[in-house]
Amino acid sequence: MSGYFAYVVRRLAQFVLVVFIGINIAYVITHATPIDPVEQSISVVTSFGNTAPDAIEKMRTSLRELYGLGGSPVEQYLAFWKRILRADFGPSMSAFPTPVSTLIGRALPWTAGLLAVSTIVAWGLGSLLGGLAGYYQESRGLKLIGVIAIGVHPIPYYILALVLLIVFGFLWPVLPITGGAAMNLPQAPTFDFIVSVMQHAVLPALSLILIGVGSWFLGMRALVSHVVTEDYVVYAELAGVRPWRVLSSYVMRNALPPQLTGLAMSLGGIFNGAVITEKVFGYPGVGSLLVDAVYAGDYGLVLGVTTVSILGVSTGVLVIDLLYPLLDPRVKVT
Amino acid sequence: MTGILRDLWRYHAEFRIGAALIAVALLLSVLASFSPYPPQQVYVVPPDVPPSLTYWFGTTSRGQDVFWQLTFAMRNTLLFGCTVALISRLLALTIGLFSGYKGGWIDRSLMAVNDTFIVIPLLPILVLFFFVMRDRMSWLLLALIMASLGWAYDARLIRAVAMSLKAREFTQSSLFSGMSTREILVQEHLPYVMPIVFSTTLNNMVWSIGLEVTLAVLGFTDINTPTIGGMIYWANQHTAMVAGIWWWIAFPTIAVIMTFIGLFLLAVSMNDYIDPRSRLRSFGGAS
Repeated sequence: MSGYFAYVVRRLAQFVLVVFIGINIAYVITHATPIDPVEQSISVVTSFGNTAPDAIEKMRTSLRELYGLGGSPVEQYLAFWKRILRADFGPSMSAFPTPVSTLIGRALPWTAGLLAVSTIVAWGLGSLLGGLAGYYQESRGLKLIGVIAIGVHPIPYYILALVLLIVFGFLWPVLPITGGAAMNLPQAPTFDFIVSVMQHAVLPALSLILIGVGSWFLGMRALVSHVVTEDYVVYAELAGVRPWRVLSSYVMRNALPPQLTGLAMSLGGIFNGAVITEKVFGYPGVGSLLVDAVYAGDYGLVLGVTTVSILGVSTGVLVIDLLYPLLDPRVKVT
Repeated sequence: MTGILRDLWRYHAEFRIGAALIAVALLLSVLASFSPYPPQQVYVVPPDVPPSLTYWFGTTSRGQDVFWQLTFAMRNTLLFGCTVALISRLLALTIGLFSGYKGGWIDRSLMAVNDTFIVIPLLPILVLFFFVMRDRMSWLLLALIMASLGWAYDARLIRAVAMSLKAREFTQSSLFSGMSTREILVQEHLPYVMPIVFSTTLNNMVWSIGLEVTLAVLGFTDINTPTIGGMIYWANQHTAMVAGIWWWIAFPTIAVIMTFIGLFLLAVSMNDYIDPRSRLRSFGGAS
């Protein structure tokens, strides 16, 4: 038990470090540039129409406070952290006066749901098929899946999402291509609403899953094709253990821990994919929020989404890391 | 080196396909030097002409020839990938070799930072960077920031090799013969990690070009330098899909998918070659 405790402490320390460094990068980017971010934001906001001079002046003071540009560098740094720790990013400029945290809170469940479902499906399906393909190396169907996986996996998320949009939006319009649910339904847990949410999630999830399955398939196939040459597998086969048992308890079981590590390491990349997929399909998650915030010149919102995504992804990685000992009991010993 | 390439060509179907795809991409980018139109100018040809013998890939709503625009875009995109790969290789090599050789607390702290960079979602950070820089965002600046964020995974691979090299006898003998740390790393260890460096270069290019396309499509880069993502951005700005100008989006999309699959297949075949088990399987006893 003490081994597991030490493991948890180490992972927690790593989690804190990730968040700390990530937020420091955000700080350096916003403070160490030669450009005055306040004037930059104001010029973006005011470029859309006439704004009264005193309104601009008000905006300037509130932005200066928000960026924490007053005082010495040390004070600025501390003020920045204080805002982050209180999750207070001020009111949104583009949806004034709604606070940024409210906007993010509204968008977060959409992204979390989409990401969780598509990641779990892609990882599970990819690992299963990859394991089968590594074990039954002569199977034609599995070989074909391998070829498709190699073809689909390196395509960037945006391009695949665009292709799906064109196919299911223009050529064969069967699925809704924009939004998170039908606009005319109340956001309540009714049957119609849930069906509509699921329909709208199909295309965004599909573009994440198609790329994900390819990558987990290839990873698992490579791992399994190494594991099957191990002595204990050969021994189990010669001893007459039933094939599916060899596959599930001897081969897949030992290839899963590295796959899970791979999942933890690529969570950031999957999140990047979700951001762009949401934008393509107009899905109401944090990705769309981020992109629209940039177009609208809303600094507080951009900083808020960046911080929340660093926090969210590192939490996801922490959860996977804490589950890891379930798959690999050796962790507890060391 | 030519021997390795010959073996790969002869025994590895993935390598042949990948090399062919990349050859097409390279050919396109070389053709950019022969373009009759400068890349930045608009309305040099009649707009919205579908693909024909005069305009192979049609023309855009901005009066540009899609084919020649694509050659510039391909060149810039590939150059971008190479620049990021080159700079991040230097970082990954330095940190990976040093960390693996030194071990101890240096290794532990470097790897803690390294793991952080692996985990952090980069797209929001790059978007934040664009948000602050706006019009000053240039091609080179983006390459620099992406290189300084994209070395971590490969540094870990290099470190793993460096750790095993450290335990080998020749490291001890070069240490006793009075070589400095820098000399040991550069002269003794570097040649052993070069194969990994090659294959990670290709993967890194897939990664950086993918992110660049994503950022450019959203308009979060210097949109006046023609890149593949930039072309799709302009096509979206002119709602090319709805207006039926499909060739404006289709050809850049095909080009970028081709490049990605090509780079990925080359990386796969390189990995198969590096790994002795799969090398035996696919190359037989040759090499």
